[in-house]
Amino acid sequence: MYLPDFEYYAPATLSEACELLEKLGPGAKVIAGGTDILSKMKQELLFPKAIVSLKYLSGLSEIRLESNNDVIIGAKATHNSLIDSPVLQEKYPSLCNAAHQMANNQVRNIGTVGGNIVNAVPSADLPPLLIALGAKIKLVGTNGERVLPLEDFFTGPNESIIKQDEILTEFIISEQSLTGSTYIKFALRRSGALAVASVAVAVAMEGNTCRKARIVLGAVAPIPLRAKKAEEMLTGKEITDELLEEAGSVASAESKPISDIRGSAEYRRDLVRVLTRRALRKAINEGHV
Amino acid sequence: MQKIEDRSETKYYLITLKVNGDSYTRAVKANTLLVNFLREELDLTGTKKGCELGDCGSCTVLLDGKPVNSCLVLALEAEGHEITTIEGLSQNDKLDKLQEAFVENAAIQCGYCTPGMIMSAKALLTRNPHPTEGEVREAIAGNLCRCTGYVNIVKAIMSAAEEQQ
Repeated sequence: MYLPDFEYYAPATLSEACELLEKLGPGAKVIAGGTDILSKMKQELLFPKAIVSLKYLSGLSEIRLESNNDVIIGAKATHNSLIDSPVLQEKYPSLCNAAHQMANNQVRNIGTVGGNIVNAVPSADLPPLLIALGAKIKLVGTNGERVLPLEDFFTGPNESIIKQDEILTEFIISEQSLTGSTYIKFALRRSGALAVASVAVAVAMEGNTCRKARIVLGAVAPIPLRAKKAEEMLTGKEITDELLEEAGSVASAESKPISDIRGSAEYRRDLVRVLTRRALRKAINEGHV
Repeated sequence: MQKIEDRSETKYYLITLKVNGDSYTRAVKANTLLVNFLREELDLTGTKKGCELGDCGSCTVLLDGKPVNSCLVLALEAEGHEITTIEGLSQNDKLDKLQEAFVENAAIQCGYCTPGMIMSAKALLTRNPHPTEGEVREAIAGNLCRCTGYVNIVKAIMSAAEEQQ
């Protein structure tokens, strides 16, 4: 399988990269790890005229803890660097765990967090958990930068609000009140398989009372979906097994799955019910994020 | 990265890659994949092409010591990095311990997955010299073998690890 011809640019600075993307127009695509874009090009799903490489842009791979306790994840950080990050192991081990469930070791060594988001695949593993953790993203373009909740980023399968001249540079997690979070993925194999359905949960507990809950469903809607009704019914309540069971049913009713090669809509809806209950129980019991 | 145009205005880029310890400078087109660079430019055909979509792992090479699918890396993107292929494992005509272990444990049937499998195993043992069976299985989860059922492959990697002790 050979790739079609394209122009290649490897700018030295971020502003140069944004200007190039604007100048070259919609036929120009960004390459970071390349695991998504190159396989799409080989399958003739994507035909970029030009590829703008981020390889010489420094400082975008860092994962660090700021003095105000914000965690910053550079968009070029690979999945395996998330797994190995001492900062994330300490602050958000659920993210290490979610990254570990992706693809296989070879892809995790080169695929980037930024790419996993910008490709906007409905079954992607990191978006549900990052949204549950309240992550914000920074988009840098020719007219400066904007910071917005990741939740507002996706508009449909393979679609988002990112503009032609913009590059996703980092994730910011500033939520400090959470007591637990988790990501549960159901796939047909343990490795190298996309999610049939997945559920990410982040909670803030006070004793046995739920102060805040975010439930985000993956692979069961065109975009990662907040199960807001299920979240509401938990907020301010004492947690019981019955309540979690009910939250699972409500989340299931909120999901909008399709039937495809990996599973039927009915099966996915039932998975959401079970996975939501399990994820909530795990996040509540864990007592740490 | 220097850009060169030939008479038909085809663009080439001058890149230098360090492969198995040696530096190679070549003019390549933007769409040259690392796997084709290795196989066609350098004649290092030990690295195999299977699915070519990042699922099967037969094209696994080490990029700065980490296993990657060379079918999903542009040669241009690998510029400035160190690549190790299966040809780079033997030293002075002596096979690597892992290669010996694959032979001794009959971990090879058709052999097509073997180079990639060994590169993944090599990276594991460098990082984690005494892996559990679970860790071995996880490390080679991106390398598909359709002959062996993996039993002897896992055995070979475990025995190479023991030998290191």
